[in-house]
Amino acid sequence: MKADRDIEMNPASIPDEWFELKKKDDRDREGIARPSLSYWQDAWRRLRKNTMAMLGLLFLILLGVMAIFGPMMTPYEVNVQNLPNQYQPPSSEHWFGTDSAGRDVFTRTWYGARISLFVGLVAALIDVFIGIVYGGISGFKGGRTDNIMMRIIEILYGIPSLLVTILLLVVLGPSLFTIILALTITGWVGMARIVRGQVLQIKNYEFVLASQSFGGKSSRIIRKHLLPNTMGPIIVQMTLSVPTAIFAEAFLSFIGLGIQAPFASWGVMANDALGAILSGNWWTLFFPAFFISFTMFAFNVLGDGLQDALDPKLRK
Amino acid sequence: MLRYTLKRLLIAFITLWIIISITFLLMISVPGSPFNTDKTSNETVQANLEAHYNLDEPYFIQYVLYLKSIATFDFGPSIKQPNQTVNDLLGRGFPISFELGMITIVVAVISGITLGIFSALKHNGIIDYLAMGFAVLGISIPNFILATLLIQKLAVDYSIFPVATWASPSHMVLPVLALATGPMAIIARLTRSTMLEVLTQDYIKMARAKGLSPWKITIKHALRNALMPVVTIMGTLLAAILTGTFVIEQIFAIPGMGKYFVESINQRDYPVIMGTTVFYSAFLILMLFLVDIVYGLLDPRIKLHKKGGK
Repeated sequence: MKADRDIEMNPASIPDEWFELKKKDDRDREGIARPSLSYWQDAWRRLRKNTMAMLGLLFLILLGVMAIFGPMMTPYEVNVQNLPNQYQPPSSEHWFGTDSAGRDVFTRTWYGARISLFVGLVAALIDVFIGIVYGGISGFKGGRTDNIMMRIIEILYGIPSLLVTILLLVVLGPSLFTIILALTITGWVGMARIVRGQVLQIKNYEFVLASQSFGGKSSRIIRKHLLPNTMGPIIVQMTLSVPTAIFAEAFLSFIGLGIQAPFASWGVMANDALGAILSGNWWTLFFPAFFISFTMFAFNVLGDGLQDALDPKLRK
Repeated sequence: MLRYTLKRLLIAFITLWIIISITFLLMISVPGSPFNTDKTSNETVQANLEAHYNLDEPYFIQYVLYLKSIATFDFGPSIKQPNQTVNDLLGRGFPISFELGMITIVVAVISGITLGIFSALKHNGIIDYLAMGFAVLGISIPNFILATLLIQKLAVDYSIFPVATWASPSHMVLPVLALATGPMAIIARLTRSTMLEVLTQDYIKMARAKGLSPWKITIKHALRNALMPVVTIMGTLLAAILTGTFVIEQIFAIPGMGKYFVESINQRDYPVIMGTTVFYSAFLILMLFLVDIVYGLLDPRIKLHKKGGK
């Protein structure tokens, strides 16, 4: 008893033999055995295990490559008509056959890929941009601002977007620019909702509070904490909004509001081919239809895969 | 619940007003006059149009009169089809489109939910994989491509179904199939994922512990809760089906409103385009409103929340 009290008073009086030398390996026990993975490395590791998503990604990469180099592989021009050469079935000369005006379907398919991918990606990127700004401000400011901004969203959400898109194109005339404009004018609403929901949730987490208590400014919190943490759902939503835009473009082409010559989107090609299919010239419809469907399919499975891979809750 | 209903109603009206204003803005922003094209050489048509749209008045008066005519359900005359008003076209075309749309919705909801339940119950089994593979394909193939494939295979190659028009039930099979596959796939995926979530809940374990049959658990406890998200997306699906009818009616030569609408777009028949847009928007907004009300009735949390707020 008395010895204990002495030690409390004066730690220096602890006898040396009470101490024990720690073994060398014990000190490493707390060390991190495996190299730590960042969020993105971890997500990539999980995405890689998803066969369907990887096949989708591979298809999209190949499609991108072909969209760039495909037209160079043939001697044919996209829009040069060659009527005597009409409706040639696929052969070694015309790999995908020729259409009603004798144009090479192979060449036109890759030009169509350029247009469809361009429309899809640009529309999705603009949606993301507006969505992040609008949803970010709404979620971050909160309170009255959020209330008003959300009411506006609720009102816009009720507007049937394709009808407005049709109206705009009827008045402005269809072109690459107006189609993208018409698609994005209502398309950003979904993205804004998602970003707002994420920001609202994340800004109440402890690490944001910690940053604030260290004097972190709003701009730093947004840049360093909110944006990186909302990136997962944003990417997933973007992957899923590209096929929506591609579908919308094909749909618009179909009702006569598509991109006009000299461009040829897949939707325009499919629409042109409709009359031909009943007379047995299946290839004119098959190739654009196949690529529209498979591109949408690839984006959808990739989006599903990303959703699973980027969700930290599913981390094992 | 009353406050919730009134709030939804107010939002619905503002949305509708915005759409009407957009159509008006676009009409006056068409270069020249939208009614003054060389194709409308018919003078009585021209006079009717000018009288209906009060083109000699200032814009503001035009706008007020336009709002008034829409409030009295008068969408004016068609430019390209003499002696036809937009109302005539709507009266003839809309019932057919409505029939097509309603059959499609019923087919999509029933088959989608069934597919979703079976996938969830046989999670990671062969049925699940097949159903979900089918669902992703269904979402990915645009309805107009599916429609042409169906015509090619089932109508031309094997002549099981008639190719076009809208007369007997056998005429309805292909268009409904083409239109319902996409929404069905979306419903199936949604039902599956919420079912899987619900099935892990404690009250399901409780029901199982009570000794209820799997059938009863699925229907009485799991499905009820799994259907809530399906109700929320009904509005969006209705919009998709409605725009889908534009192309499907075109392909199958069904004399519905969608076909007239696409024709009016190609002929730049502005009054028909505007009238149909306003009419369809009003219809969709009404549907969204009803979906919101049904959701409010089904989800007890909305009622509780409003009571707590008082």
